[in-house]
Amino acid sequence: MTVPRNDVPTGTEARRRWMGLLARGATERLESVWAALPDAPAYDRLRGPEIGLVMLRGRAGGTGARFNVGEMPVTRCTVRLADGRVGHGWIQGRDRRKAELAAAFDALLQDDEARAGLEASLLAPIAADLDGAHAAAARKAAATRVEFFTLVRGDNPK
Amino acid sequence: MYVAVKGGERAIDAAHAWLAEVRRGDPSVPELSLAQIREQMAIAVHRVMTEGSLADPDLAALAVKQARGDLVEAIFLLRAYRTTLPRFGNAVPFDTGRMAVRRRVSATYKDLPGGQVLGPTFDYTHRLLDFALAAGGVDPPAAPEAPAAVEPMASVAGILDHEGLMEPERADEAGSEPFDLTREPMGFPAGRDQRLQALVRGDEGFVLALGYSTQRGFGGTHPFVGEVRMGEVPVEVEIPELGFAVEIGAVTLTECQMVNQFRGTAETGPRFTRGYGLAFGESERKAMGMALVDRALRAEELGERAIHPAQDEEFVLMHADNVEASGFVQHLKLPHYVDFQADLDLVRRLKAEWEARRATPPAEGLKEAAE
Repeated sequence: MTVPRNDVPTGTEARRRWMGLLARGATERLESVWAALPDAPAYDRLRGPEIGLVMLRGRAGGTGARFNVGEMPVTRCTVRLADGRVGHGWIQGRDRRKAELAAAFDALLQDDEARAGLEASLLAPIAADLDGAHAAAARKAAATRVEFFTLVRGDNPK
Repeated sequence: MYVAVKGGERAIDAAHAWLAEVRRGDPSVPELSLAQIREQMAIAVHRVMTEGSLADPDLAALAVKQARGDLVEAIFLLRAYRTTLPRFGNAVPFDTGRMAVRRRVSATYKDLPGGQVLGPTFDYTHRLLDFALAAGGVDPPAAPEAPAAVEPMASVAGILDHEGLMEPERADEAGSEPFDLTREPMGFPAGRDQRLQALVRGDEGFVLALGYSTQRGFGGTHPFVGEVRMGEVPVEVEIPELGFAVEIGAVTLTECQMVNQFRGTAETGPRFTRGYGLAFGESERKAMGMALVDRALRAEELGERAIHPAQDEEFVLMHADNVEASGFVQHLKLPHYVDFQADLDLVRRLKAEWEARRATPPAEGLKEAAE
């Protein structure tokens, strides 16, 4: 996810992005940003938070027909703010509190004004955390890349 | 036949109490935390996730702890746990081309795009016990880092595909859902989707041994490791209420693309054929064994004579699952008192007849046999 920090996208693509960031952010970060909201809204829980499974799928040969690989626990939650906006949280794993926070933030983020603030305080830092973790692993992998060299025999002409 | 037998509750309770005690081991030794198992016994955890069909390192670590390190028992625990949860849906199929690669090696091309990346491998270690680990207490130095390449890691199968030298993968059959062993019983003939799922769940040792058997001449396909790659792959799940997919996380996968020789047919001409392996976590041995067996099981589809064990899908698929195998072997411990009484009576009677025959004169014995 490398959306420019100041360019807040709108519509479905924007929601896809923020729901993905909320799902992958650390619970502690969601919790602390929620606690620091000047006017954290009240909400009703419409569903969950509840734990279930999704079946993960692969493709034969990586690109062919689908097959079932195995399941993964997920937690989902749906909340409704007083103004009627509905937020959905879907996260990997079994952290009910995180799913609830993700749903609440999803509802909040549908408001353009709230989104501008949360982009800076919540979404951009999560994206930075994720990029940082990926980059560190990529640099370690790069250090294990093999540099081949060919042995030159003494009788070879220069 | 087994017969319900009552009694033994007190003995069972005492046995389980003792099990809890020996699970903990010597109380003067600190207890293992799940985080320790997850972080330091990671490959055991990965195996339990793969064969337990549940990608959750914390639950797999708990299963390993509860099972005292008995991985097949841990796999059983994880399989049992998953039955307690509802299924919310299916994830979008993995795009392993999007993998954040930590390891990728190819035995077919030295200089392939993205290069040979060794990753955190046991390969090239000397397999000498490291007594520094026995002493403990010393953290290893940080692994070296290098500028990360921006070059994408093209798949080797794709490279061969471009040249028309690799059989194309078949697309999904329109309107059909992949076979699901967690919902449907094993059936034959099995499609490749059913076989691949069974092989992922299959016992690593069994799958490895069958793969090995093909290398030793029992159904050989002259395999090359086109590519083995390991790293994190995004998990995208469609949110039913919204009608679009969200990347909710990632799982570590090991994928093996095996490239196999094939003469071709009148219609297709000569080209390579594929064997595919995929497993959760760092499970290279499993992914490679699976790719060999996947290819062997395609014998009939490719017009080869299926005469070896690894090519026999009923033999392979019905015996690959270690939870089922363990259950059926271990059920022999259950009371078979009545069965055995019947056998005992029979053997006693036969023995008495045999002794009676031996005691009688041969002429009469002949006559008896002639009657």
